[in-house]
Formats: sequence, C-alpha cells, structure tokens
Amino acid sequence: MSDDIIIIEHLVKQFKNLRAVDDVSLRVGRGKVLVIIGPSGSGKSTVLRCINHLETPTSGLIMVDGIHVDAKASHINAVRAEVGMVFQQFNLFPHLTVLDNVCIAQRVVRGRPAEECRRVALTQLERVGIPEKASAYPSQLSGGQQQRVAIARALAMNPKIMLFDEPTSALDPEMIKEVLDVMQDLARSGMTMVCVTHEMGFARNAADEIVFMDKGKIVEQGDPETFYTNPREERTRAFLSQILH
Amino acid sequence: MSNFQKNPEVVISPASGAIVSPIASRLEKVQWWLLAVILAGLLALYFILTDEQMTRVFFAVAGYVPFDPTQPGTTGAITLLTRGIGITLRTALSAYLLAVTIGLLVGLARVSSNPIINNLASLYVEIIRGVPILVLLLYIAFVVVPIVADALGLSTRDFPNEVRVIVGLGIAYGAFESEIFRAGIQSIERGQMEAARALGMNYFQAMRHIILPQAIRRVLPALGNDFIAMLKDSSLVSVLGVSDITQLAKLYASSTFLFFQTYSLLGLIYLTLTITLSRGVRWLEMRLSQDRR
Repeated sequence: MSDDIIIIEHLVKQFKNLRAVDDVSLRVGRGKVLVIIGPSGSGKSTVLRCINHLETPTSGLIMVDGIHVDAKASHINAVRAEVGMVFQQFNLFPHLTVLDNVCIAQRVVRGRPAEECRRVALTQLERVGIPEKASAYPSQLSGGQQQRVAIARALAMNPKIMLFDEPTSALDPEMIKEVLDVMQDLARSGMTMVCVTHEMGFARNAADEIVFMDKGKIVEQGDPETFYTNPREERTRAFLSQILH
Repeated sequence: MSNFQKNPEVVISPASGAIVSPIASRLEKVQWWLLAVILAGLLALYFILTDEQMTRVFFAVAGYVPFDPTQPGTTGAITLLTRGIGITLRTALSAYLLAVTIGLLVGLARVSSNPIINNLASLYVEIIRGVPILVLLLYIAFVVVPIVADALGLSTRDFPNEVRVIVGLGIAYGAFESEIFRAGIQSIERGQMEAARALGMNYFQAMRHIILPQAIRRVLPALGNDFIAMLKDSSLVSVLGVSDITQLAKLYASSTFLFFQTYSLLGLIYLTLTITLSRGVRWLEMRLSQDRR
C-alpha cells in the first residue's frame, strides 16, 4: 500500500430524490494535488464535503490519514482538525476582525494562548500577502483578499490536507490570480490538496492528477497533460470544449 | 432628476416622490407626532408643578408619599422605590431579564436537531403564545404557585405577589423572545456554521463564538421593542394587587373620583417611559446599521 493520505471507497451520497455521488473511489497520495472538475451538479463538491464530514455519506468508506471518518463525533473532530477547508463564498466571520478570524479556532479548538494565536495568525497572513489588513473587518476587503484570509484561517490550524471548494468561482476576474498564486505556493510547499476548480492554468501547473466527474460518477482521471490534450472519453471532450471555448 | 436637485427652488420629496419646495421638504422630515407628545408632556408638567391638586394626583400615581407630621410612617424618604414607578420598572426589568434568559435557551432548543428537546420547546412556545397573558398571570399566581408551594412544603405566603407576576410575565414573554432568538439564529447563513465546524469547533463552540454573536446583533432592535411591550404589560400585575402605577391610579381615582386627572397622568407616565425607550431603541438600531460594514 502506498502512502495514501485520503482513501475513498465506494462512496455514495443520496439526497432525497437525487444520487449526488454514485459509487466513487479515489485515492490521494501525501503531498499530492488532486483537481476535481465537472459540470454543476456532478457531485464534485459533495465528494469534497464528505471528506471532512460536512455531508454524511450514505454508504462507503472514507479514511483520512488513517482515521476512519464515520459518524463518531471524536473521529469527525479529529479529522477536521487535520483538514482545512476553503469555501466558494469565503464564509469569513463578519463580526470579527481579520486577525480574530484567523485566531478564533486556534484559541477555541486548539486552546493556544492568545499571544501564540496572534503570532501564528500574523505569520499566515504574511504568507497569503495581506498582513496589513489584520485589524480590518471582512466586509472592508475585496473578494480576493477575503478568500486569502480564509486560506490563512485554515492554514493557522496546521492542517495536513487542504480542501478547496470552487475557491475562485465567486471572484471578479481580476482577483482570481491573487488567490491562485497563493494556492500554487501552497502546492509547491508540499501540502496535500483536493481542489474543485475549473481554473485550467492552476490545474496544469499544480495538479498531479485530474478527476472528471459527471452525474455522480468518475468519468475519467489522469495526469493534467494527457487529460487536457488527449482525453479518452467523449463526455470529457464535450465538457472541455465547453469550458475551453 | 439631478437638474431638479441642483435647482434650489424645487426638491424631490423623499416621502412622496413629488416635487416640492425646500421648506416643504424640510417640514416633511419633522416628526410631528413626537413634538405633539412632548408638548402634551410639558403641559402636564406645568400643571403638576403649579396646580396643587395635580401635584397630589401625580404623587399618588407615582407612588410618592410626602412627609406628613400628622401621619405615622410618612418619613418623606423616597417611597418611589417600593411603590408605584419603582414597582413598575423593577417588575418590567426583572421579568424581562427572565424572559430573555428563557427565550435564549428555548430559542436554542428550537433550532436543535434533537427531536425531544425540539418538541418540548415547541410545545412551550405554542401553549404560552396561545393563552392571553392576563389569564396566564392569574393561572401562575393562583394555580401553579400553590401547587409548587405545596410540593416544596412551603406556604403560599412565601411567594410574594411581586415574585409571582415577575415569573408569570417572564414565562409569557419567554415564548416571544425565543421566537426572536430562533429567527435570529436561522437568519445567519449556513456557511457560517459550516466554516466553524470545518475548523474543528463543535456545535456549542460554533454557536457561542460564531452564530450567537451575529444573531443577537441582528435581533437587538426586536428585543428592545419587547422591553417596551413588557413595560406596558406590567400594568397587568395590578389585577394581582401589586402596587404598580396602574394599581395606585385605580385606587386613587376610585377614592377621589378624579378619573380624568388620574388616568390622564397615568397614561402620560407610561408614554414618557415608552417613548424614551423607543427613541433609545431607534438610536441603537441606527448605530448598528452604521456599524454593519
């Protein structure tokens, strides 16, 4: 068995009348970057949200760094402590300053003393390039800045894995690059990442593997170069021609 | 449209959208109702200060007992704290604090996914909201308290009427406050809870640090309005013989037949309290909307 930090086997997620994820199996190696693409409603976000149990799988097995993610609260919290997540809508806490956004979980969950929280927070804000906004409120920031704070907030918990759920889809075009740059740095630093995104530039530069999903199933997966230049499946070609114009 | 606004002779009325002169536009902004009330208040104050009979009526309703050498027990000390306005304010404030505490707990229970907690909370809210407050007060004072006293082996006299009405009003208003808290909690975007949970917080940590601080900010004006309503409904306690300003006014009017003077003053005292408070709530609302960046 290789060093797979995320193992998903036969994952099924059934919403009332919709099988959002239909028998998906995936493995992500330690330090690897996996990009999931697919049309909306293909179940890619649901797979991502099952990894840290924001969605409860209907059936199937998920192992994260050797921990079985099941309904047991202690397991879920243990996994969430190792998995950082970045959302499409940023979901910063609007009542807290940028610094407090990055500090609060360290303090509440990790029980770190205030001084350490602050130091870690400032280091991470430095890393995403906006230490000067520490005392601002989220609504005073641009979308790109907010998303970078959200990344810093997740990184401050020292996660082993980062999940990105369409991190640039809610951004104005001129702000996408600043977020992708941060993600690219992160990938280079050896972070294990699972990203739902349609940013082909990022996928080609940073991804080790691309997975294409449609109607809850994996249609095709492979390394970025072959995937984009020479896709096997007809469905993949049709989708790529849509997003590549 | 911008041409009109540059022209000093005409202005677009913010209220009606019609084109009016600048003076008319300024007049539109004046809150005439408030001026009328303040004027009536000043007039009343004038009569209270200059007319001996009105002075007596005011003292009687407010609960002040002036020093009288011929009467024992009239020291001239501040009796307002134990009667009249003091009772009204103290009852309203204590009952309100109780109601907000109940409301917060029941509101949290209402959004809980545990079916037992959730159903118990819903039962409480639906029953209490469906019974008139007056009936509820009578029921708690004369049915629940004796039962509880009996169970605890105490006498009903160990529960002063003031305590009974505070508990009654608190339980009654707790149902309304819980709905306010529930609405506030549910108005917070789903993503906030998800982000907090994804960072490893458990449900209670997320509620305490992320959801409630935002929810309470949103519902502060509604909570403030209910304090005003509570102040008015505290007049219901007069049916239990508690000497709040309504009770004192009732007693005084029926012994002197000065109905017009007594009840006019009583109404004005309530108005002074409620309008002052509602201005305060408005101010709070404006400050919060400015803060909401």
